Amino acid sequence: MPLALAVLGLLFVALSIASLRLGARPVAFSTLRDAFLHYDPGMTDHIVVRQYRLPRTILCLLCGAAFGTAGALIQASTRNPLADPGILGVNAGAAFAVILAVGVLSFGSITAYVWFALAGAAMAGLLVYMIGASAGGATPARLLLSGVAISAVLGGIGSSVTLLDPQAFDSLRHWQVGTVAGRNLAVAATVAPFIVAGLLLALIAAPALNTAALGDDTARALGLNLSRLRIIVIVSVTLLAGAATAATGPISFIGLMMPYAARWIAGSDQRKVIPLTMLCSVNLLLAADIAGRFLIYPDELDAGIVVAFLGAPVLVMLARSARTKAL
Amino acid sequence: MKTLIHRSPARGSNAGQKVSFRIRARTLAVCLALAALLIALAFFSLAAGRFDTGMADVFNALSGQAAGKTRMIVLEWRLPRTLLVALLGAALGLGGAIFQSLTRNPLGSPDIIGFAAGSHTGALVVLLLFSGGYYATAFGALGGGIVTAALVYVLAGTTGQQGFRLIVVGIGISAMLSAFNAWMIRKADLEMAMGAAFWAAGSLNGLGFEQLRPAVMLFCLLCLPLAALARPMRQMELGDDVALASGVAQRRTRGLLMLLGVALTALATATAGPISFIALCAPQIARRLVGASGVGLFTPALTGAVLLVLADTAAQHAFGRQLPVGIMTISVGGLYLLWLLIREGRR
Repeated sequence: MPLALAVLGLLFVALSIASLRLGARPVAFSTLRDAFLHYDPGMTDHIVVRQYRLPRTILCLLCGAAFGTAGALIQASTRNPLADPGILGVNAGAAFAVILAVGVLSFGSITAYVWFALAGAAMAGLLVYMIGASAGGATPARLLLSGVAISAVLGGIGSSVTLLDPQAFDSLRHWQVGTVAGRNLAVAATVAPFIVAGLLLALIAAPALNTAALGDDTARALGLNLSRLRIIVIVSVTLLAGAATAATGPISFIGLMMPYAARWIAGSDQRKVIPLTMLCSVNLLLAADIAGRFLIYPDELDAGIVVAFLGAPVLVMLARSARTKAL
Repeated sequence: MKTLIHRSPARGSNAGQKVSFRIRARTLAVCLALAALLIALAFFSLAAGRFDTGMADVFNALSGQAAGKTRMIVLEWRLPRTLLVALLGAALGLGGAIFQSLTRNPLGSPDIIGFAAGSHTGALVVLLLFSGGYYATAFGALGGGIVTAALVYVLAGTTGQQGFRLIVVGIGISAMLSAFNAWMIRKADLEMAMGAAFWAAGSLNGLGFEQLRPAVMLFCLLCLPLAALARPMRQMELGDDVALASGVAQRRTRGLLMLLGVALTALATATAGPISFIALCAPQIARRLVGASGVGLFTPALTGAVLLVLADTAAQHAFGRQLPVGIMTISVGGLYLLWLLIREGRR
C-alpha cells in the first residue's frame, strides 16, 4: 500500500508536468517555470501553458478523481461491482439537464450549464434513491433497476429533443464526447468546490462502507446507521458525477474501471480503496489526455475516447484474472 | 393454483419416458391476457392513422370484404408494419430472456454484452464513411453487432463465473465503442450526423412486406433450435453445478443460446435500427406479471411484442409528429419499470 501510494504519487507529478509541457507545441522546462513565475502575456508559449494546458491539467485532476471516486462509492454501497454513475442514472440526469439548457432554454456557455448538470445529477440521483428505497430499504438490485429505468426515460426524452433541434444536437455532440480540452479556468473553478466536497464526503464514508459490506443485518447489529450512510453516498456521488460531467461531458469509464484497479492493489478495505481510486483515476485521465494529443497527430483524440480504449482491455484483463474479488 | 399436465409420448418411443409440462394457472392467465392485449393493440394500430378507418373497416379488410382505398391502406400499408412490429418485439423479448437467463442477472441483455454498441459502430461506419443506404446500413449493423458480441464472448473466456465475466467484458467493450461512436458523430458533418442519429434512435417508418417476409422466415428458423434448448436453459439457471449434475453440455448449450440471442436481437436491429430496452425490460415485466423467478421464453416474447406494438403506436400517433420508435421504447419501458418498482415498494 505505501509503495503503491508512492509510485502513484510520483506518476501523478510526472504526468502533470508532462501535461503542461507536451502537445502540438512542446515547451521546455525553463519556459514552463517562467510561465508561472514570470508570466509574459506576449509570449505564445506562456499563453499556451497558462490558458490552455493549465486548465486542462487541473480539470484532469478534479474530474479524474471525481469520476473514479463516484464509481468506487457506488460499487461499494450497492455491492455491485458493475455499478457506475452511468448505470445509476446520475450521468443521464446531468446530460438531460444540459440538453434542456442548450436545446430548450438556449444557454451556450459551459459555466451556465454546469449548474444545470449539477441540478440534473442531483435530481436523478435523488429520484433513483427514492424509488429504489420505496420498498423500505434500498437494496442493490432495486437501486440499479431504478437507475437503469431513469436513465432510459431521460435518455429517450433527451434524444427526442435533440433530434428535433439540429442546433442543440450540434452543440451537444461536442459535449457528449467527454473531453478536458477547450475549457478555461473558470470552468474548473466553478466545479472545484463541489468536487472537493464530494471527495471529502467519500473519505468520511469509507470506514462505514467497510461495515456495510458485511451485509445489511450485520451492519445494523454493529450499530451502523445505514440510511444515513446511503444519503452521504448519494450526496457525494451526485456532487462528484454531476460536477465532473458538467465540466467534461460524460466520461463514465473511469468510474467503472479504476475501483477494480484499486481493489486489485489493496483488497477490499474501502479506507484504502477510495484514496487509491482517486490517485489511479487522476493518473489515468492525465495519461489519456496527453496520449490523445499525439495519437492521431496533428488532430487530437478526446480524453474520453482514449480512456475508453485504454480502459477496456484493462477491464477485460481484470475480469479474467482470478484475483478480482466479486466485492 | 397449479395444474399438472402430463403427456405421454407416442407409442413405440422410449418406454416409460414421460414428458411432463407444469403450467401454472397464473402463467396461463397472464399469457392469455397478453395475447388479448396484443390483438387489441394490433387492431387499434390498424385503424389509427392519417386516413381514419373505423374498426368495422379493419374487420372488413381483414376478412377480405373491403375494397379500394380501405383495403389498400389496411392490408398493404398498415398490416405488414404491425405484424413486423409484433415480430420484432417478440424477437427482442426472447433475446433478453435468453441473456438474463445465461447471465443470471437482471441487467444481462444483448445490449450489455456489446451488441447494441457494436451494431451502432457498424452502422456509423457504413453511414458516415461510405454513405451507405438502408440495406448497407443494416448489413453494417449486423456485422458490427455480431463481431462485437463474438469478441466479448471469446474475451470472457470459458471457465468459471461465466455470467459475471461476460457482463463485465461486455460493459468494457460497449463503453469503448460508445466513446468511439460519439467521436465519429462529432467528426462528421452535421447533416450526416443527424441522419446517423435518426438511425440510432430506431425507426419502423416505411417498413413493409418486403422486410416482413425475410424477418418471419428468420424468426421461425431461430425459434426451432431455441425450443429444443429451453429445457437445458432452465437447468443452467439453477447453477453451474446443478446443470452439470443433470447432464447439460454447458459450454455448447451456452454458446448456442448466446448465438440465438444475438441473432434474434440482430434481426430487430438490422430491420429497424437499435430498439433499446425491450430486451432488458420484457423479461423483467414478464417475471413480475407471472410472479415467478423463472419465466421461460414464451411470456417474455409476448410481453416484448405487446411493448413494441404499444410503443410504435404511441410514437406514430401520440405527439402529432412521428418520432423514432426507439425513443418511445426507451421512455415507455423505463416508465413502466419505474412504476413496477414503486408499486412493489408500496405492497
